[in-house]
Order: sequence, then C-alpha cells, then structure tokens
Amino acid sequence: MSEVEIEWPWQYSFPPFFTLQPHPETRSKQVSAWKSLILEYCQKNRLFIIDVREAHQLPLFHNSSINRKLDPSVIISILSELSKTGNAAALDKPRHRWEVYWHTLEEWASMIYEYVCDSGMQNSVLTLFELAQGDDVQGRDFAGIHTDVLIKALRVLESERKCELILSDEDQGVKFF
Amino acid sequence: MNRWKYASPLLLDNEATAICKKNVRIYDGDQKTSFEGGELIITTHRLLWGRPGAISKGQTCLALNLSLVVYIEEESPSAFSFSRSRKIILYLSEPTDFDPNGPQQTSIYNFIKLSFREGFNSDVTAILNDCIQRKQWETQVNAAVAAPKVTQSHIKLRTGIVGIERSLQEKQKAADESISVAFQDLSKLMTMAKEMVQLSNTISTKIKEKQGDITEDETVRFKSYLLSLGIDDPVTRNSYKSENQFYRSLAKQICDILQSHIEEMGGMMALTDVFCRVNRARGLELLSPEDILSACQIMESMNLPLKLYQFNSGVMVLQLATLDDESVAEATAILLDDKGSLSSEELAQTLGISITLAKERLLTAEKYGKSCRDDSIEGLRFYPNWFLTH
Repeated sequence: MSEVEIEWPWQYSFPPFFTLQPHPETRSKQVSAWKSLILEYCQKNRLFIIDVREAHQLPLFHNSSINRKLDPSVIISILSELSKTGNAAALDKPRHRWEVYWHTLEEWASMIYEYVCDSGMQNSVLTLFELAQGDDVQGRDFAGIHTDVLIKALRVLESERKCELILSDEDQGVKFF
Repeated sequence: MNRWKYASPLLLDNEATAICKKNVRIYDGDQKTSFEGGELIITTHRLLWGRPGAISKGQTCLALNLSLVVYIEEESPSAFSFSRSRKIILYLSEPTDFDPNGPQQTSIYNFIKLSFREGFNSDVTAILNDCIQRKQWETQVNAAVAAPKVTQSHIKLRTGIVGIERSLQEKQKAADESISVAFQDLSKLMTMAKEMVQLSNTISTKIKEKQGDITEDETVRFKSYLLSLGIDDPVTRNSYKSENQFYRSLAKQICDILQSHIEEMGGMMALTDVFCRVNRARGLELLSPEDILSACQIMESMNLPLKLYQFNSGVMVLQLATLDDESVAEATAILLDDKGSLSSEELAQTLGISITLAKERLLTAEKYGKSCRDDSIEGLRFYPNWFLTH
C-alpha cells in the first residue's frame, strides 16, 4: 500500500495522545481527536479495513519518532465509538477486523445514486466492478471502494427501493431504478 | 553418691546426735568408694561422715540430708561373705537442688550403702528409721533454716563462672515468676476478651437493627457503658473518640509541631512522616499510629490550621487547611507548563517532597483536567493538558 503523506495533527507527536486519559473531559477530547484522525487517515490512504491485530504496522497507531503505540484495546474502543456514528463496523465477534467508513454507508449510497442519476443509468444493470473500478467512475469519491463496503452501501439503496442487488457467484451486479 | 555434700560437722539448730559409729565405709550404689574407715554420726537431720578424728576437730566432713532418704533396708549378708561387716542400703530421692559443693557431681545409682566394718546392733537401723520418720528438719523454724542457707549459698555462688551464670539464672527465674504473677489476671482477661468483644458486637448489631425500637437516649447510654468498659464499639467509634479530650489536645500539639514544617514542604505531609516527626519531637511518651490518626481526624472539626486529607488512592496526608485540591492542581499545572512534562520522581525532586505525594499531586491535577498522562514502558509521565487548552 502506498503511503500518502498525511499532515499529522499536533496530537500525533504528543505522547499522552497514545494513553487513554482517565479524566472524562480530557478523554472525550482525546477520543474525538483520534476519531477524526482515523477517518482522515483512512480516507487519504483509501483504507477500508483495519485489523486491530496488525494495527501497529500502520503509522497511524504507531508513532515511531516518539516511540508510542496505541494499545489495541484502546483502538477497539475508539473504533466502537466510531461505529456509533456509523463510521465503522466490526466484522467479527472478537472485534478484531473493522470496516471504516469515512463516509457513512448512507453517504456512500447517496453518492452512488447521484452518479447513477447523473449518468442516466436508471433501469440499467451495472456490475459491481464497473461501479467500483470502471473508467466512468474515475474521479468520483467512491472509485476504488471496497466491494464489501459497496455491497453494504447498495443494500441501503435497496432498502429505499432504489436498486436491486443481483448477487450470483459468477457476476455480481446491481439494477438501479 | 552425688547427694553427699561437704559440710561443717557443727550441728545445726535443733539438730541432735542420735548415734555414732566408727570404721564405716560409703558405697556409691554397689561401688566401693575411697571414703572408708571413717566415723559416721547419725543426727536428727543428717548423716555425717568424717575421717577418723576429723569430726571431733570440727574439720569438714561429708553430710547427707536425711530428707533425701526414701527408704532403708539392711543388706542380708550373702552366704559367701566372710566379712563381719554389715551393710545398710539407703534408697535416695533425686537431689532437690544442684550444689557443686560435693565429693561427686553425678551418680548413676539412686542408692548408697553404708558398710559397718565392726558390725552394729540392730538399733542402728531402728534409730535411722526413727530419725527419718520424725522429720525433725521440717519442724524447724523456717527463718532459722532460710537465714543460714541464704548466706551460705551467696558465698558459694561467687565461685567461678558457673557461679555467676547461676546467679544470673536465678535472677531471671525470679523475674519470670514475678512477671507471671503480675500478669496472671491479664491472661484470664485475655481468654475472656474474645467473648466480651463478641458479646458487645452482637449487642451493637442488635441496636443497629432495632434503631427505632430503642430510644435514642438508651442507645447512647448503652454505648457509653460499653466504652467505659474499654470496649471499642465499632458503631460509636468515631463519634465518641472525636470528643475525647486527649485527642483534642493531641491534635493541637501536632499542629503546633508541624505547621511550620508543612508550610515549608509545600503544604502537605504524608501521615507516615507526621508519625515519625511527632514521635521524634516528643522523644518519650511515644504515640501509637492509631492515636495520631484519631487526632488528625478531628483537626478539621476543631478549625485547626492543618487537616487530614485522604487521596482517592487511600494515601493520607496532613495538609494546610487553606490548601484545597484546586489550588494544588493549579500549582502543579504551572509547574507542568514550565517543565513541559513531569514524572512523579521529577516532581518529588523539584518540590522536595516524597514520591507518593508527588504522584498524588499529579493525579489531583489530572482529576481537575490540568494534566494528562502518558503511560508507556518508560513509566508514567504527566503533560500539561493540551487536549483541553489547544
């Protein structure tokens, strides 16, 4: 994965940032700083999935210049906080694998539907590959979206009766209405 | 044979000579000894044996207290015996006191024999039996026996290291006895104490349960009864102790001693340090930790310049009454801003206070949102709380 230069916030080089603060007010500030940092980092790096067990390989959770790591349990609790706003979701029971949505699923869904409307592809069928990687979507925010995340976003549209997912083993597509 | 002592042949008070025989040999059990051909005098108290002529000259002779003789019998001469000598066997009890002043220190036998080379009339055994049964040595006036005995033993004790050791031992023994006598009552009390405490506990729990049924007046009266018995009643402990005059004056004294020191140290002193300093200042009449704690607990209610404060961690300190958490947090925050970051050790060095107190200060600052922590493998450090200030 190519590392995109990200402008780290001042907290990133502030050692207490990597210890969960016991003081409630301080902690809420700290956690919210972490939340925005995680979302920003994932957006810049097009990172859809975080595995907590491998999180220390990411510079996000490991600042080698001040030699501080964020404890995995703290990572999990921050991601849980993110999940409350729909910005993350745990993929397994022990909450090791997480999808991170820097746009919530609803936002993704409306973005995709906007694109579909713009290009007049209602009542037509698109493959998921076309939607995520196709030439036409380049330059769109959701270009390169992770397939699992895409499906979840389309499920949101489906519940609004704006599309129907066609998920067979061979080809996965979606029909927009 | 170890029951024999060297003694003066002079008769004691009330002692009277019963019979005198010559050419007598002493056996230690079945063994012949070198004490042969001497004079034997049976008195009402003792057997005296001396070399021929020694007793009449008043020289030292051997003496055996008749009180040690349990039983005597005459040895029947064996069929092969050619000698004319007749023997008496004296069975002896264990010596009552150890006395190094004898011809032989130990003996494997508990009997001796007296061999009368010239034979004797049967009245010797009769007289001896008579003397033993009368026990005249017991009828002596106690003082009369005790007095010479004591002086005698004092003289004997001075001899050699053994004597010194023995006198020390005896002193210890006497001290032991007097102590055990003194504490006899106490040991009884101690065996009772557990029951007493249990009793008072059950009663006080009953009172607690039936708070409504008994009038306030009765409760208080009962509790005061318990206290007058010296029983710590868990229910009333705080309320009653705090009114105690002793603790009030003690609290005042502690304040007098420590106020200036605590001001110097930044307004706070751990209770352990308080304990050491107060007792150091008193020198004698030392205080128990519990007394100091109780005294400190009532300081606040007495409006003294110092008060007891307990941190969340349980650490207790005596601090200036003017000092509150907020000002501590404030002062620590200023220090943090100056230094950038601080560990408890560094703060302890900067302020000249103990590490425990330094840590408490940093935690207090954290509690007020004035600092934040960095808990890494390098240890716990505190930083100014930029989360809230930036």
